[in-house]
Amino acid sequence: MEIDPFIFRLSIFILSIFVGYYVVWSVTPSLHTPLMSVTNAISSVIIVGAIIAALSGSDGVVFSSSSIYGFLAIILAAINIFGGFLVTQRMLAMYKKKKKDKQ
Amino acid sequence: MSANLSAILYLVSGVLFILALRGLSSPETSRQGNLFGIIGMVIAVTVTFLSVSNFSSGFIYVIIFLAIGGSIGAFIAYRIPMTAMPELVAGFHSLVGLAAVFVAISAFINPSAFNLGTPGNIKLASLIEMAIGASVGAITFSGSVIAFLKLQGIMSGAPITFKGQHLLNALLLILVLILTIYLCSTQLSNLFWILIAVSFLIGFLIIIPIGGADMPVVISMLNSYSGWAAAGIGFTLENTALIITGALVGSSGAILSYIMCKGMNRSFFNVILGGFGSTDQTTGGQSKEQRPVKSGNADDAAFLMKNASSVIIVPGYGMAVAQAQHALREMVDTLKKNDIKVSYAIHPVAGRMPGHMNVLLAEANVPYDEVFELEEINNDFANADVAFVIGANDVTNPVAKTDPQSPIYGMPVLDVEKCKSVLFVKRSLSPGYAGIDNDLFYKENTLMLFADAKKMTEDITKNL
Repeated sequence: MEIDPFIFRLSIFILSIFVGYYVVWSVTPSLHTPLMSVTNAISSVIIVGAIIAALSGSDGVVFSSSSIYGFLAIILAAINIFGGFLVTQRMLAMYKKKKKDKQ
Repeated sequence: MSANLSAILYLVSGVLFILALRGLSSPETSRQGNLFGIIGMVIAVTVTFLSVSNFSSGFIYVIIFLAIGGSIGAFIAYRIPMTAMPELVAGFHSLVGLAAVFVAISAFINPSAFNLGTPGNIKLASLIEMAIGASVGAITFSGSVIAFLKLQGIMSGAPITFKGQHLLNALLLILVLILTIYLCSTQLSNLFWILIAVSFLIGFLIIIPIGGADMPVVISMLNSYSGWAAAGIGFTLENTALIITGALVGSSGAILSYIMCKGMNRSFFNVILGGFGSTDQTTGGQSKEQRPVKSGNADDAAFLMKNASSVIIVPGYGMAVAQAQHALREMVDTLKKNDIKVSYAIHPVAGRMPGHMNVLLAEANVPYDEVFELEEINNDFANADVAFVIGANDVTNPVAKTDPQSPIYGMPVLDVEKCKSVLFVKRSLSPGYAGIDNDLFYKENTLMLFADAKKMTEDITKNL
């Protein structure tokens, strides 16, 4: 009997939850804010769905009832992707070690 | 591009996202981690472009909309002040939620574009996934909007409660379940719209009863929701990158919520049911406020610190409100010049989101190896000369250790009272969000400095 591909996706999902669990516990508490902003940015990978939706119009019709939602979602996800990664980068650039020569 | 190749590349981008989070285990590797995340995103977007076969005129519009969104995002990222981080993150969560709703709607209207069947005859599994993605996305959206409004101060941070609130929420959740089942059996589009509308309402209703100081839990929780919404859509689209990311973000947010709840010694349900600190506030406070306190000025504080050999700084939300982090670091610089050892103690729930204080201190150029978490530093208070509490309150309250009647009993607190002397910068004697008096105010070795945190810190620096 063939296995439904859904089962494979479910396996990936469950295993990723475990990976996430262990990876996130190892994040140092001082970086919890960047963690939130970066998770924000990566969850906007939902943009792949938005792009498919936006290009779903039939030939010649760019803005159909379904593709408009796709375009709107592209804007939202793009704000998040650029905003999320850049603000994370800005924050991480501020975390500096103590300068040794100061003491 | 073949379906297999794109599936593998989506997997690669999922792995890069895992590495992005892994990088955050220390500040040194974090910047590299962020880079991995960006690469992962570029791969995912490129693969999607290449696998959508029809390069119609729509493609140009995709680029245009991407550029519009990207510039807005970049603009916000560069302009946002660090003190506004909680609002920003809440706002971003709402966007992920809404994007998930839009993608689900689009897939529902035009399922053939996603290979999910035809309108009115969508594959059952896809329909369930779609409904979950849309519903969780909608809850994330409206919940985050309320959180944003509360954090921004547009909406009062006070909990809004009414009779039968929990019952109403429970009924609405059941309604969502019923709607989903009906939707699956009938495929009626009206049910889908109602489902989304009810979910928006739920998101709104579950966040309004939660008070401003519980925001760390709320933000983490919404972070988690945005992940589950993304995962739901990932199942619909059969996209590995989205499934992996959704799971990562979902568990990340859940862990942060757990850490925040533990930092307050409260159960998750207790926070979610809300209304904490909204009652009994007046009765408890009034009788106690008659007790004598010692208050001092900047000069006294400077004198105490100058004669200390070690100082521990305890920042809280008040420091963020007063934007006092730069002034604070200048004060610390002066102290260090006088050979005084200074460290910072951060309570897990200080501020309005996880790690809020650390970011503000980093912004003020405080080296991260001078900043310690509660467990790391709590034993050092007994050996320190001065504790400088700036904008924190409940997280220092010794009542949490002594009085089983107190609402915050059992919450881990910083042992500030063990210091030889305590300096408490605060605008007034008013109780913190928990609505309880802080015994520390009336201790023999406590000196209250009634002033704006930033102004007081600057005055102390002048007097040092």
